[in-house]
Amino acid sequence: MAESLFRTGPLDGWAGRFAELPDSVTIMAEPFHAMVDVRLAPDGTGRPAPGLPGSVAAAVGTTPPEPGTWTDGEQAAAIWLGPDEWLVTSPFTPPAELEAAVRGPGGAAVDVSAQRTTIRLRGAHARDVLETGCAIDLHPRSFPAGAAAVTTLGQAGVVLLALDGAGTDYRILVRSSFAGYLAEWLIDAATEFRT
Amino acid sequence: MQLIDCPWCGPREEVEFHYGGEAGVAYPADPAALSDEEWARFVFHRANPKGPLAERWSHSAGCRRWFTAVRDTATHRFRR
Amino acid sequence: MSRVDGYGTRIDRSRTLRFTFDGREYTGHAGDTLASALLANGVHRVSTSVDLGRPRGIVAAWSEDPSGLVQVEEPFPEPMLPATTIELTDGLVARGLPGRGRLAEVPDTARYDRKHTHCDVLVVGAGPAGLLAARTAARRGERVVLVDDRPAAGGSLLGTERICGRAALEFVADTLVELHANPDVVHLQRTTAFGHYDDGFVLALERRTDHLGADAPRNVSRQRVHRIRAARVVVATGAHERPIVVEDNDRPGIMLAGAARDLLHRHGVLAGREIVVFTSDDAAYDAAADLAKAGARVTLLDARDGVPAAGARRCAEQGVTVRTGAVVTGTRGTEHVTHAVVGGEELPCDLLLLSGGWNPVAHLVSHIRGTLAYDPALGAFRPGEPADDTAGDGVTAVGAANGTLDLAGCLAEGAGERAQPVERTPTKVLWRTDGDPTRQFVDLQRDATVADIARAVGAGMRSVEHVKRYTTIGTAHDQGKTSGVIASGITAELLGVPIESLGTTTFRPPYTPVAFAALAGRERGRLFDPARTTVLHPWHEDAGAVFEDVGQWKRPRYYPRPRETGGIEDMDAAVLRECAAVRGGVGILDGSTLGKIDVQGPDAGAFLDMIYTNVMSGLKPGKVRYGVMCGLDGMVIDDGTVLRIDPERFCVYTTTGGAAPILDHMEEWLQTEWPHLRVHLTSVTEQWATFPVVGPRSRDVIGAFAPDVDVSVEAFPFMSWLDTHVDGIPVRLARISFSGELAWEVSVDGWHARAVWERLVALGGQYGITPYGTETMHVLRAEKGYPIIGQDTDGTVTPQDLGMAWAVSRKKPDFLGKRSFSRSSNLDPLRKQLVGLLPLDPDLKLPEGAQVVELTDALPPPPVPMLGHVTSSYRSAALGRTFALALVKGGHARIGERLTVPVGGALVPVEVTGSVLVDPEGTRRDG
Ligand SMILES: [Zn+2]
Repeated sequence: MAESLFRTGPLDGWAGRFAELPDSVTIMAEPFHAMVDVRLAPDGTGRPAPGLPGSVAAAVGTTPPEPGTWTDGEQAAAIWLGPDEWLVTSPFTPPAELEAAVRGPGGAAVDVSAQRTTIRLRGAHARDVLETGCAIDLHPRSFPAGAAAVTTLGQAGVVLLALDGAGTDYRILVRSSFAGYLAEWLIDAATEFRT
Repeated sequence: MQLIDCPWCGPREEVEFHYGGEAGVAYPADPAALSDEEWARFVFHRANPKGPLAERWSHSAGCRRWFTAVRDTATHRFRR
Repeated sequence: MSRVDGYGTRIDRSRTLRFTFDGREYTGHAGDTLASALLANGVHRVSTSVDLGRPRGIVAAWSEDPSGLVQVEEPFPEPMLPATTIELTDGLVARGLPGRGRLAEVPDTARYDRKHTHCDVLVVGAGPAGLLAARTAARRGERVVLVDDRPAAGGSLLGTERICGRAALEFVADTLVELHANPDVVHLQRTTAFGHYDDGFVLALERRTDHLGADAPRNVSRQRVHRIRAARVVVATGAHERPIVVEDNDRPGIMLAGAARDLLHRHGVLAGREIVVFTSDDAAYDAAADLAKAGARVTLLDARDGVPAAGARRCAEQGVTVRTGAVVTGTRGTEHVTHAVVGGEELPCDLLLLSGGWNPVAHLVSHIRGTLAYDPALGAFRPGEPADDTAGDGVTAVGAANGTLDLAGCLAEGAGERAQPVERTPTKVLWRTDGDPTRQFVDLQRDATVADIARAVGAGMRSVEHVKRYTTIGTAHDQGKTSGVIASGITAELLGVPIESLGTTTFRPPYTPVAFAALAGRERGRLFDPARTTVLHPWHEDAGAVFEDVGQWKRPRYYPRPRETGGIEDMDAAVLRECAAVRGGVGILDGSTLGKIDVQGPDAGAFLDMIYTNVMSGLKPGKVRYGVMCGLDGMVIDDGTVLRIDPERFCVYTTTGGAAPILDHMEEWLQTEWPHLRVHLTSVTEQWATFPVVGPRSRDVIGAFAPDVDVSVEAFPFMSWLDTHVDGIPVRLARISFSGELAWEVSVDGWHARAVWERLVALGGQYGITPYGTETMHVLRAEKGYPIIGQDTDGTVTPQDLGMAWAVSRKKPDFLGKRSFSRSSNLDPLRKQLVGLLPLDPDLKLPEGAQVVELTDALPPPPVPMLGHVTSSYRSAALGRTFALALVKGGHARIGERLTVPVGGALVPVEVTGSVLVDPEGTRRDG
């Protein structure tokens, strides 16, 4: 039999072009993490009950994120996506286990580990690069460390996470089919900062 | 580029939203009991007033939640 | 040379730049504009006018100039630029333009981009009022953006003024130092706020590199559109001087008084030595005195009887002759003005300056429906009280933009205080003097005169908006910055009504012309529209696939191979080969673009029963069902298969194009109509890669791929699915066929997609597995009469029209679209229905979109009654001929009939058939 079944990411061929970027704008495709979309049971009014299900809080190991934020726990991170929806990610727990662990009664949990891919954008000009195509206010006072937004970057839908309070470290989750477009877009946006 | 206030995400640019038409047009309890004309009225006819109108909007590029907002159709201003 | 020593705060005389204008070489200095450099060289005539061919020169000092348009040839061809706004660079080549420009015929390789900026306060204009406004806000701790369209801050300041006891330009420099030290202040020069929109949204164009000439870095965008979102907007955009219309007022050498003063102080250019100033306002006295002091002989004619004491004193000190109650009624000269006509007298001059007062630049207030009110003391429109609470939110005009013309008043308003009233001789509102209206030019760029306005009024125009469109006044590149108010004034005079009652034309964006390249920004070439790709895209590229766009997706359309005779297969040959390989052996398709939605929750079945026309709640776990979705009007909006995972979970497949809209459609019903249902929807389109493995040998391939799975027809029947593991990786296998052949769909998470695909291709090698594209997929499905939603349907087609009444439940009490099926129009036997068409000539492929008419040898005269149209048309390897699908009126009842399809000039006879042409008995499905 042929070699075993390896993982291939949508940005596997891009490392060379990422390496050409200046230090003030670095891009890296993050490796595989399990990702599970978690939904709360509706309470019949259309408005969700507040707070994460206990199972998620347990999985993340920290307080659940409020609207517009994400929290990083020891085993997993949780990102607020909507009033009854979170994305739980983990580098340790396999997707099927994570899916089973976070599903609450009447709610839902879906393995979406391959639905999005994650780009890490760092450097002194990281915020400048984002501001060429993101309409939300990314000033660290408005979008501090721990902030999360589901919005548009260029012409791609993204989940944008701030990792520091200086506008120099972001995680961008993008639909896998848009990853090539977004990588091209980011590299092009960094052109100005090449020396 | 107008801003629309998503109840969950706050103000975002209008291109992040999807328009859902007039709000409060309830699905008939028993469609089979309606005449053709009554059914057509439900499917195709909307109020379209000049002035305040309760509308459905979806924050489609954000949290994907539908919400109702009152907008003045003459000025495009949302009632806050 | 008209350059004078001791003047020119903006130029660097130590740097000489060479440039070419109309084929002649000249020199100028760093800091010059093309206009100032031309005037420094004594060149007044820039071009001729668009219609009348009259010589024209420079009228104003900046973007309000209605006259001096040029075409730039080097460094990059660009049409229709005012010479007054082009910063001189070494090697610049330009020529005068009589009205119409020429677009570059070479690609523009410069970069253009955009940037989003948020602030508490946007200040537009870095003159004294704007600087004070920016400084005041910054000191309050607010986030400030300050933009200004000139090369340097200072606005109208010339350097002669004093602010707080210091030289004005020192004050400017100190203020900038303070602003630049503040990290919450963004200051942009060469940046024109050109549009003001809802909710404090302002677009501003920054010209970033042109002024650097050959030193311009290639990796920096040439122009940038700033998308600024401001809680408050302070409009400190100053005022434009207004000319007075006199006969023959368009000759080179006739300009605004402020422009001549500006040229002198900024660029050291004394544009004339024998100057006549004609004014009805105070400001021209300062211009006259400054120009006289610099060495010109100046005569000032004031249309008013009273003179401003201070101005008159300054003029007297500089030897300016001042005459009151004097009016210029015409000019003399051919290529250049030689005389001003004053009553019966002709005053010799080489420069005639006109000054009729000042128009506040309130465009950015007007863009968002802020009102402008006529101020008779100014003879101009200024920002008024808002008409209602929705207009002009959060916008303040300060300084000259607010009609406050004195420096102290500008500074006070900039600081947010009230301007103290100042003593000034009221401006005499004088739109024009007596003369021949056919030679009294109102809009120089359009060659439009007082006579044109009279003609408009004579034709019955009563609104300034109508007069504008009738005469074209204010429609050129300058948008009537100097002519608009005058046109309103003259129209009012001709109509005999007060100008207040007439108002002025509405200002609309853009304030100055903006290149399309700047608006497009980086969204061109590869970034014009996102290309969505599957993880297998590099594999398809390596395999030589020809791609087609399906929405934003790039999908392999076919995989051409080298011909034995040399060259490479065309699409027809490749598709016939791929089709034959699938029906005769086994093929594999990348179907990963199909939309997939996870439907989860206790009410998932009940929810899908409302969404689909058939029953989904009765589907057993492990089984698959095909379903159709309709809108409320009963028309098909999407179709696909549904897998029941467990009692509370389904996986719904949509069409590739339907993925996003169908999820939105389902969410809308769930969230707005059925919030009581305990169901959640999650897109898993990219989570799952899906590969149909299709053809009689597919069982061999799947059997080898998943050795733990019994792939016999008994153990793994059609329309069933199961989860298994291959090398420990979870894989889903489903017996689904979109071709009528024995087939499996192999689904795996996107991370393992490439490895699984390569494994399937490797295992299928011995069976001749053939990768095939969308074109072959379309042929195979059409041979079976399976419609493509959006190709064979157009939003007016019901399931019954498609021959799918079997997919519409009669048992369910309700589902979306059900009530519409019993509407009389949906029961009409003459509805268009999907049928097959076989051209009698088996080699003739009908064009998709061709019309279908009754069988005929000769078309009747138009309008020809249309029966329908061809929706799909292919060459079939299985049938050994061409065939088509079509929507035809009453088509199901016409099976067996002959009809005509006009193709080009020919009338093609066709036979109507059922839509299933290959294996109608379904014998191939189980292998
Ligand atoms: Zn939202």
